[in-house]
Amino acid sequence: MGRYLARRIIYLVVQVFCVATIVFLLLRLVPGDPARAVLGENATGEQVATVRHQLGLDRPLLIQYGRWMGHIVRGDFGASILSGRPVLTDVRQRIGNTIELIVLSTFISLLVGIPLGIIAALRANRTEDYTLSSAAMLGLSLPSFVVGSVLLLIFALKLHWLPPSQFVSWQENPGQHITLLVLPVVTLAASTTAVILRMTRSAMLEVIRQDYIRTARAKGLGERVILLRHALRNAVNPVVSVTGLELASLLGGTVIVETIYGWPGLSSLLLSGVRSRDYPVVQGVVLVIAVLTILINLLVDLAYGVLDPRIRHE
Amino acid sequence: MPTAARAQDALAEAVFTRRPRSFMYDAWRGLLRSRSAIAGGVVLALLILLAIIAPLISSYDPTAVALRTRLQPPSASHFFGTDEFGRDILTRVFYGARISLPVGLIALAIGVSLGTLVGLIAGFYGKAVDALLMWMVDVLLAFPGLLLALLVVAILGVDLRNVMIAVGVSMIPRFARLVRGTVLSAKENLYVDAARAIGVPERRILVRHVLPNVISPVIVLGTLSLGVTILTAAGLSFVGLGAKPPSPEWGAMIAEGRQFLQRQWWIGTFPGVAILLTVLAVNLIGDGLRDALDPRMRV
Repeated sequence: MGRYLARRIIYLVVQVFCVATIVFLLLRLVPGDPARAVLGENATGEQVATVRHQLGLDRPLLIQYGRWMGHIVRGDFGASILSGRPVLTDVRQRIGNTIELIVLSTFISLLVGIPLGIIAALRANRTEDYTLSSAAMLGLSLPSFVVGSVLLLIFALKLHWLPPSQFVSWQENPGQHITLLVLPVVTLAASTTAVILRMTRSAMLEVIRQDYIRTARAKGLGERVILLRHALRNAVNPVVSVTGLELASLLGGTVIVETIYGWPGLSSLLLSGVRSRDYPVVQGVVLVIAVLTILINLLVDLAYGVLDPRIRHE
Repeated sequence: MPTAARAQDALAEAVFTRRPRSFMYDAWRGLLRSRSAIAGGVVLALLILLAIIAPLISSYDPTAVALRTRLQPPSASHFFGTDEFGRDILTRVFYGARISLPVGLIALAIGVSLGTLVGLIAGFYGKAVDALLMWMVDVLLAFPGLLLALLVVAILGVDLRNVMIAVGVSMIPRFARLVRGTVLSAKENLYVDAARAIGVPERRILVRHVLPNVISPVIVLGTLSLGVTILTAAGLSFVGLGAKPPSPEWGAMIAEGRQFLQRQWWIGTFPGVAILLTVLAVNLIGDGLRDALDPRMRV
């Protein structure tokens, strides 16, 4: 396990290095002059030269690359062209808000998706299964911007049970912060729950047809023990795998939810960076999200070994 | 000739002259066995038909401003109501299908073709080529779907054409990995060794003997991914990085309806229902195809 971990960490470092290189090249892939893309067609030559200097584009490519890597290693992501604030300051302020959304929605998806997936598998091809599978298909097909808008309309604007789009930090008012989290988390959880439900159902169906489940039943073990200790334990790996993929995709997918609910997270920062072509912001946020994705993938791989001793990572 | 012998001959002739069942035949039979896939097919066919005949069934212009009829609720003259510029929502939903469906399809085509090409080359040539290409795919995987699409839009600029490229690029890793895996197992087949032994050129082996194995899983994953490309493209338009006003693109229409959510609910609701129906139909067909062609992928 130790050797596997060391190898994975080396691979992780190489991957992060590659991702940083791609993010560096991002600015150089912009068709035409990135400085003019930032400022628009009406900018003067002097303004363009200033932004070119600010972006470091007035130096040879290798020097630019060396400086970029040097800065990144020291945690310096540059400053926003529009606000002049260090990108890392904005990232630090917002990263917690995005992680909070992702972790809570994944937790709720697991809490709801796994039991419902088990029920669907145990009642396969009966009414309960058809109902749950149809609901999951609906969850997969519903765009988050439709779910978000509908939930906002019903629970915030019509019933007034929950506050509409705004943000209050945990430090300001913990109670209000939690109430404000409900709608964004439920919106994000809708499709993730559907994915986890379908995967749990499929994995459980595969496992409960195995001989050892029949043997366990034949030797008189209780259904609960069979289900939790024999079936679920063996069905959990594909669920972990799909949860990891969903977590990673949520990192990019929060952009819509953050837009609908005015939630100041990383994705909304990225979106404003893309809209205004504020490249240092785009580069900084993309790098942080990519590194988080790589870390999630590593944790998922390690979780396989913990949950299934047959996978020893040798 | 005795009757029994004649029957045997007829049977032998029927068995030996019967053409092997084609992939399309299997796919079609499999789809017809699934009621939900049929329902999805009917809905999708209807949506495509409505998109095609939109100018014939609606006398309204999808983009022309008609301030006299602005913000009207659903009625006999405007079944889905009108928006803030007095445009008929039903007409815009029909015309929107002419944008959202092709955008999703073209994005998918970009992802499928590039992903398949990368997977084929990596899986077939192996060694350093495989290591290099798969390492590139792994690095791409560090940028989750929508993030990669945002990144491409950041580079190329805000435009519907760029959205198609962006969503297509974000689809490459999933197809590259699937095709590589399929090619790795397909190239172990005896007929590939036999073709190589009789001197068939490598490129011909790749195209004639390995590629056909890839078609079935790619079609299954492609159908299942069409819903994702439609949703991602509409999502990018929703956040203002895709179609520009007055385009009746569904995601952009929902975004326009947001400010009227409380009082004029119909502006954003009907395009939302259109996306839901389209993606649901595509997913149902995808599930049916998967069950028919590749039950191992069943979820």
